[in-house]
Amino acid sequence: MIEFLRQPWHWSVAGVLIGLIVPVLLLLGNKKLGVSSSLRHFCAMCMPSNISFFKYDWKNEIWNLVFIAGIFIGGFLAANFLQNPNPIEITDSARESFINLGIKDFSLLMPVEIFSWKNLFTPVGLIFFVFGGFLIGFGTRYAGGCTSGHTIMGLSNLQLPSLYASIAFMVGGYLSANYLIPLIFKLLFA
Amino acid sequence: MKNFKYLVVGIIFGIIFVKAEIISWFKIQEMFYLDSFYMFGVIGTAVLTGMISVFIIKKFKLKTISGEAITFQDKKFHKGQIIGGLIFGVGWTITGACPGPLAAQIGSGFTVVIITFLCAIAGTWFYGLIKEKLPH
Repeated sequence: MIEFLRQPWHWSVAGVLIGLIVPVLLLLGNKKLGVSSSLRHFCAMCMPSNISFFKYDWKNEIWNLVFIAGIFIGGFLAANFLQNPNPIEITDSARESFINLGIKDFSLLMPVEIFSWKNLFTPVGLIFFVFGGFLIGFGTRYAGGCTSGHTIMGLSNLQLPSLYASIAFMVGGYLSANYLIPLIFKLLFA
Repeated sequence: MKNFKYLVVGIIFGIIFVKAEIISWFKIQEMFYLDSFYMFGVIGTAVLTGMISVFIIKKFKLKTISGEAITFQDKKFHKGQIIGGLIFGVGWTITGACPGPLAAQIGSGFTVVIITFLCAIAGTWFYGLIKEKLPH
């Protein structure tokens, strides 16, 4: 069993398991899959600041915060006990693009040259942690959901607004990965 | 504790995120380079599985394990889904994560992503602050 879990998973296995989270949450307690709402609940809990958007009873949404705590623990367990020992599989052309950006280390799931504490108070940290994180929080709430709430849950329930949102995620991601991020690397590492 | 079951589902979700490499900055770029089918396969299969599940739940009027009715709300279209969606798409590729995978990235050992997570909360807070001034 552990051996099976350690292998890299086929996309269809991963996809079916993610999709099954939708009915599991519905059947357990009529809960709608959505992760970005938890960011709103954190605001409502810690710093509502008299902003009407954060004035609601967040205690009814504790399940969502517990859920995201679970995701954190799951990430820890998978990385420590179920990690595939081989380097991450990336297509040759993508690898070439990364090398052109200046990335050399492909040993982990993330480029350690960027995602480490030593970059915290540098322009790299400002862009990749502060700016990137801010856009996630602002964008998902403005859009009313993220990849889980709109793309998985919303599309599962055949919601047209979720389709528009999902297309916007993809267009934003496409433009960013192909044009903005190469530019950022050029400016930061030139 | 009645929320314990959601902790368990969250743990499973987190494990899947790592195993499916959805938390990988590399895999997210690769998806948007349109170089690999993998991530599209994951998302497409997840949506299909979710659709079939919701269809079955509606068709047979299934109830929750405690006998509560399962309800669905329709979402209303507004401009934020486009503008906010584009903004999130940019954040997604810069950080290599959507909100769920952020938590899994931290758990999997990239502890500096705590900063990203806090900034995501700040971004949500800022949205709440200026919400009325934004086009919707």
